[in-house]
Amino acid sequence: MRFSRTSKALGLAAVVALSLSACGGGTGSDTGSGNAGGDTTKVITANNTEPQNGLLPANTNEVGGGKVMDLLFSGLVSYDAKGATVNELADSIETTDSVNYTIKIKSGETFSDGTPVTAKSFVDAWNFGAAAKNAQLNSYFFESIKGYDKVSAEGSTETAMEGLKVVDDSTFTVELAQPESDFPLRLGYTAFYPLPESAYADPAKFGQNPVGNGPYKLAADGWKHDVSIELIPNDKYKGPQKAQNGGITFTIFANTDAAYTEVQSDNLDVLDQVPPSNLQNFQTDFEGRFVNQAYAGNATLTIPSYLPEFQGEEGLLRRAAISMSIDRQQIIDKIFYGNKKIATEFTSPVLDGYEAALPGSEVLKFDATKAKELWAKADAIKAWPADKVFTVTSNIDGAGNKEYITAMTNQIATNLGIKAELNPIATFKESRNLINSKKLTGGSRAGWQADYPSLYNFLGPLFGTGAGSNDGDYSSAAFDAKLKEGLAATSVEEGNKKFNEAQEILLKDLPVLPLWYQAAQGVWSNNVNTVQFDWKGVPMYYAITAK
Amino acid sequence: MVMFAFRRFLQLIPVFFGATLLVYFLVFATPGDPIAALSGGKPMAPAVEAALRAQYNLDQPFWIQYGLYLKNLVTLNLGQTFSGQEVSAVIARAYPVTARLAIMALAIEAIFGVLFGVIAGLRKGKLFDSTVLVASLVVIAVPTFVLGFVLQLVVGVKLGWARPTVSGAAPWNELILPAVVLGLVSLAYVIRLTRTSISENMNADYVRTATAKGLSRRRVVVVHILRNSLIPVITFLGADLGALMGGAIVTEGIFNVPGVGNLLYKAILKGESATVVAVVSILVIVFVVANLIVDLLYAWLDPRIRYV
Repeated sequence: MRFSRTSKALGLAAVVALSLSACGGGTGSDTGSGNAGGDTTKVITANNTEPQNGLLPANTNEVGGGKVMDLLFSGLVSYDAKGATVNELADSIETTDSVNYTIKIKSGETFSDGTPVTAKSFVDAWNFGAAAKNAQLNSYFFESIKGYDKVSAEGSTETAMEGLKVVDDSTFTVELAQPESDFPLRLGYTAFYPLPESAYADPAKFGQNPVGNGPYKLAADGWKHDVSIELIPNDKYKGPQKAQNGGITFTIFANTDAAYTEVQSDNLDVLDQVPPSNLQNFQTDFEGRFVNQAYAGNATLTIPSYLPEFQGEEGLLRRAAISMSIDRQQIIDKIFYGNKKIATEFTSPVLDGYEAALPGSEVLKFDATKAKELWAKADAIKAWPADKVFTVTSNIDGAGNKEYITAMTNQIATNLGIKAELNPIATFKESRNLINSKKLTGGSRAGWQADYPSLYNFLGPLFGTGAGSNDGDYSSAAFDAKLKEGLAATSVEEGNKKFNEAQEILLKDLPVLPLWYQAAQGVWSNNVNTVQFDWKGVPMYYAITAK
Repeated sequence: MVMFAFRRFLQLIPVFFGATLLVYFLVFATPGDPIAALSGGKPMAPAVEAALRAQYNLDQPFWIQYGLYLKNLVTLNLGQTFSGQEVSAVIARAYPVTARLAIMALAIEAIFGVLFGVIAGLRKGKLFDSTVLVASLVVIAVPTFVLGFVLQLVVGVKLGWARPTVSGAAPWNELILPAVVLGLVSLAYVIRLTRTSISENMNADYVRTATAKGLSRRRVVVVHILRNSLIPVITFLGADLGALMGGAIVTEGIFNVPGVGNLLYKAILKGESATVVAVVSILVIVFVVANLIVDLLYAWLDPRIRYV
């Protein structure tokens, strides 16, 4: 889960909104990779944040490092602009039971240093990522593989997962602990990239100067910490995302306001995040040079199941009442200047299998009268203490959080006739502490950004019983069963059907209240042709051409 | 004089340890779990979490954490950031940039501040004096970030005279705009200090004596009035150097200068004790040394002051 933690300098003026927003019109009509006629030799400059860790696949879990990793490495599969999975290094990924997978990789592929990419490059990299002694942040991504529990246990010295076996140079097999039909979809995520043999001698050193197999490679001494990261095309790359420019230079910006002025003055080519202070005016500042499109992320309000007031029959009524008392569209219009899209379920509209109108989704529509009615019904079962305040906890170091949550609690208070307010927490780390220790006394701000394009990614990790990001401790046997059926399904369509049925259960239980879908706002300079943004809201850097 | 300087240097030792202890404790006492924040709210395998805690000694009580930090400090090991970089390397990158920025800002406020202050002081009540007073009042009243954003938009974006932000290497010429923004508020104070001081000293006995001796006005102003009037200004400038280096957070943010302010701000948010303590301790040393230099300058400016 990636919460917004935009670092803003103290006291920046008029900070109004989270930078992400909703869908709708942007330019971007010039889709497809062919920006015909562009100059393919010029270096493109783009904004980025300093990667938080060394550039190792299993240790990169945030946007700053992720953007670079995705250009330096390529995995078994990759995702196209719409999030559809295409085979990248994989020749085939086969299974008959969703448990045992046989993966064949294309021959003749090499890392940028010339060493071949073999089955072993994948198996060793995944084992490295999972092993406890290497302490890699993404290690939980391998938890479905058989034997993960042994290598990841505290103090474990085992280094190989039982479920991974190299058959020959171009084939390996994966055995999962349980059937998971969307496993192949995950294989394009950063954690699953291969590593060359040279990585293991000194992983920390490798992370400073990684050698990958992606469309770009790091220029000599290319990572100048806190300043810039220079990538040049990797001529050994043969996949579908071949560089159409002379390289990408990421400039590190401490805040996006500074980057915005750089694009305005044509000193920076691409900015993938319009700062909150410019959400109102970026479409006029960059006429014909902006994008505003939905991506696979959402914002929600978690109401933990351990709160006594929100349990049982009256709990369900109260959850529904609060949901219906929030006028989402008004908040989107007034605080985010219309740059978000109202949510009608728990995933994202850019995903395959998305259904806009699931049965039961009326509960996410604003209806003050109905809300009051439901609240009164709940009070009839067990009265809400007269002086009790419904709080919503949020870190306020992320721009815009404070404004929208205050608006939301005001709506709840007015429409339900109770007391409601923001419980402001100074920093992100502090708010995570409260949430992780299950000490909330009310709701909390949450959101999810997909790791890979699948409905399951928005459901399993967040609402499965005991799942890693299940902050509200939601647990439903019926929901878990539906997820399991979905994972065991033999086709993606069949699986998505089950996942949507699982969502219908969530719409009744409302462990979280979906608020809106995120959208990416990006702008580019006069020096480059139209920039396309992908399903994750990240510019497709390899396809950018200079004018 | 030498003894005086030596004693002042000795004072650095307790100041340094006191500062590291205090800052280390403050970072320790800030609520929130840095390791939980590292995962960005995503789940983290328990073994990974335990390993990271052990790596940064976060599983130890305060005194042991601080003790281990000091032990490393003795061997000049400043520790590592959460991203695995050496803190010493991070600081070595950031300090020169901020030092350049602060020195330029200091130069701007010293040169223009004293110049305008002297002219205003000598022509008290005239048009130039009133204009400077009003202008400096405006500058003091407007917050730094407003000045920064306005100058960035006008000079950088609309007029295109300078790059709106500073590029990676932070060369001198690109630092001019941020240095002006950084130094502007202090510049206003320097002007007012100099002006008041000059106009006070104009009526002093020794000035009348000097004039009565038949010295040229130029000599009276430069040697007699100015030298004596500079004492409060120098005091202010000395203290300001430290403030400029540590207080450039807003300016560095606006102009994307990869300096100490940005570094410190990010480290505090992350709860990265090693970085915060190292950065602040060096700032403390800068403060102390700048003050020492100011004290030594007093003796040069006013021969009546003697150090023993």
